[in-house]
Amino acid sequence: MPSISARYATLCATTALSAGLLCGAGAARADDPVKIGVVSEFSAVVGEPIARGAELAADYINAHGGIKGRKLEIVAYDDHSSAADAVRAFQRLAQQDHVSAVITTFISEVALAVEPWAARLHVPTLTPAAASDLISKQVHDKYDQYKYMFEGWFPSPNLALAVCDSSHDTLVEALHMKTAAIVSEDADWTKPLDVGYAKCLPGAGLNIVDTISFNPDTTDFTPIFNQVEAKHPDVMIMGIAHVGVQPTVQWHSQQVPIPMAGISAQASNDSFWKSTNGATEGVITQTGSGPGVALSPTTLAVQKAYMDKFHNFPAFTAFTSYDGVMAFAEAMKRAGSTDPDKVVAEMEKTDMQGSVGHYGFYGRQDQYTHSLRYGKDWATGIFVQWQDGKQVCIWPTDKCPNKVKFPSFVKLPQQQAAK
Amino acid sequence: MRGLQILIDGFAISSLYGIGAIGFTLMFGVCGVLNLAHGGIMLIAALIGWWASVTYGAGPYLSAVIGIVAGLAASYVTYFLVVRPLQRSRAIPKDEEEIFILTGTLLWGIMIQVGMDYLFSDNPVTLQPLLPGVMSIVGVRTPRNEVLIAVLCWLVIGALYLLVNRTRIGKQLLAASINPRGLTLLGFELSRIYIIVWTIYGLLAGLAGVLLASFFGVSSANAGALTASAFTIVILGGLGSVPGSLVAAYVVGYAETLTAYLIAPTLRPIPALLILIAVLYVRPQGLLGRR
Repeated sequence: MPSISARYATLCATTALSAGLLCGAGAARADDPVKIGVVSEFSAVVGEPIARGAELAADYINAHGGIKGRKLEIVAYDDHSSAADAVRAFQRLAQQDHVSAVITTFISEVALAVEPWAARLHVPTLTPAAASDLISKQVHDKYDQYKYMFEGWFPSPNLALAVCDSSHDTLVEALHMKTAAIVSEDADWTKPLDVGYAKCLPGAGLNIVDTISFNPDTTDFTPIFNQVEAKHPDVMIMGIAHVGVQPTVQWHSQQVPIPMAGISAQASNDSFWKSTNGATEGVITQTGSGPGVALSPTTLAVQKAYMDKFHNFPAFTAFTSYDGVMAFAEAMKRAGSTDPDKVVAEMEKTDMQGSVGHYGFYGRQDQYTHSLRYGKDWATGIFVQWQDGKQVCIWPTDKCPNKVKFPSFVKLPQQQAAK
Repeated sequence: MRGLQILIDGFAISSLYGIGAIGFTLMFGVCGVLNLAHGGIMLIAALIGWWASVTYGAGPYLSAVIGIVAGLAASYVTYFLVVRPLQRSRAIPKDEEEIFILTGTLLWGIMIQVGMDYLFSDNPVTLQPLLPGVMSIVGVRTPRNEVLIAVLCWLVIGALYLLVNRTRIGKQLLAASINPRGLTLLGFELSRIYIIVWTIYGLLAGLAGVLLASFFGVSSANAGALTASAFTIVILGGLGSVPGSLVAAYVVGYAETLTAYLIAPTLRPIPALLILIAVLYVRPQGLLGRR
């Protein structure tokens, strides 16, 4: 039911009015608020938490003295997941609302449309979830022009690494799985993901028997599951974010005996149980934070604040958006300014305990410039499995001791061998 | 085995397409209304049914009934708020009435979609299956719900056949589709017949909406595609022809299923559109159309 859309419509109208009356006059005064823009789809499972996470971070910063005494204000626009709407909103944020930074979108295609505008208008911009490696490649290849863009989540090749690392521990070592089929939606973020899966899954102990890429508009997944079943893999390694409910519900209603693991971004939101009528039971997905899992000293406090304010456990984008705003605020404090070049220089030095773990960005010489660092000493994300209506953390195994458990219709390798 | 799988899946999907399209074509045949808010009405049924289920814990059958009632209510609102005022307006010339209704229902459909998006977001939702679990049909694992949907669709189609051909009301509907003026001269009130058609239409669209939601799942973003799908089937079958729509539903359903299984799931919608273009060239009145 509606909440955020109505609030933001009002906020947008108010902002537009105040921008027209007050902001045209020129330079910001020392007591003017610092503004950070948010552009995302407010009605999407993964999009709504972006605005909410930013709002939560602003609440925290303002309650702790703001940015050098200046209040932090979030100005949010709904882009309906349209690149054209996102670019228009971005231009308005930069030129009319005079924001000092922008948090935008979970969709790679939209982030890639916004990226040149961040470069042209010199607005430090962070995408809290778009994972295409093209975003960081542009920063790497044309640094002076594109240095304003940051990825607050892992680029797809590193997402694939996380899936391989966790699959090795939870599926190969623990359940003796040997083969996998890659099933992913056809999108910008999944092209490098599939390449990454193909590279690292065999090393993790899973030989690939099939790779299926499907249109995100697909409604009937029966032929896809049929094709997968014909190859008899031990597990389906997914790469889905635009879709989620329909493949999950059909997997359950057709009792496809092969487990679903990998990345199913929508399953990271706790509303997914309701949306699928519980069909998500047994689904494994990568995410940024799980209920009660302390990835850093700040994680649990952020989770509690979110639950207190919005009454649900959100998709991982709430946490990456929260961390993005915190990183910008810290960079502005260190720079003593909102000057975009100074903020970018300070963002590059980010080394903080974010809600998703140890938080910092790859440098100019690294392959994925300005993307979130991945590794044992940095954030890795976590893997959760839906068990009895709850998200249960199953990886990293040192933080999550829970065992993997599937619904009865799923046949594990030992059960298949026993037949 | 794959052939049998295609046969079973194609049958279930085609039956669902059929039930979604026959109300649409009946409406045009009897009332002369091309209701472009059709997808929106199916959407309301599906989303209200889902809402009743997750908010009040309604079981699968009760939430399906609530969804169908919501579809019926949406059908009445469409008629009384959008279509009838246009039909009665003196400012609209009679020969331009159809295009005004077409535009009115198109805009109404968009309003429904935006409204549903606002209330429920555009995330897909699914109704609980009316029958959970799977069964084996000659070795093909088939969800029981899929079988029930196909059976239900044919029961409803059979009931509609009996209503139209064996009852007094049905004969009035047939007469209204052939010669509405003659019916009026015999003393029958056309507006009463129209309300009956909108009632049947609302029940069929509501049923199609809830069955679709329990089969594939729906989201507010699907409203346009649902209208387009019904429109394609009805044009292919022949505007106003109920048997034509049923035949077309099976042509489209099996063309899509064959493509998804034998070529690629991504290309699923393409053959139906190619068939439609071919039919428009060779037989513009559709497979079983009269005009």
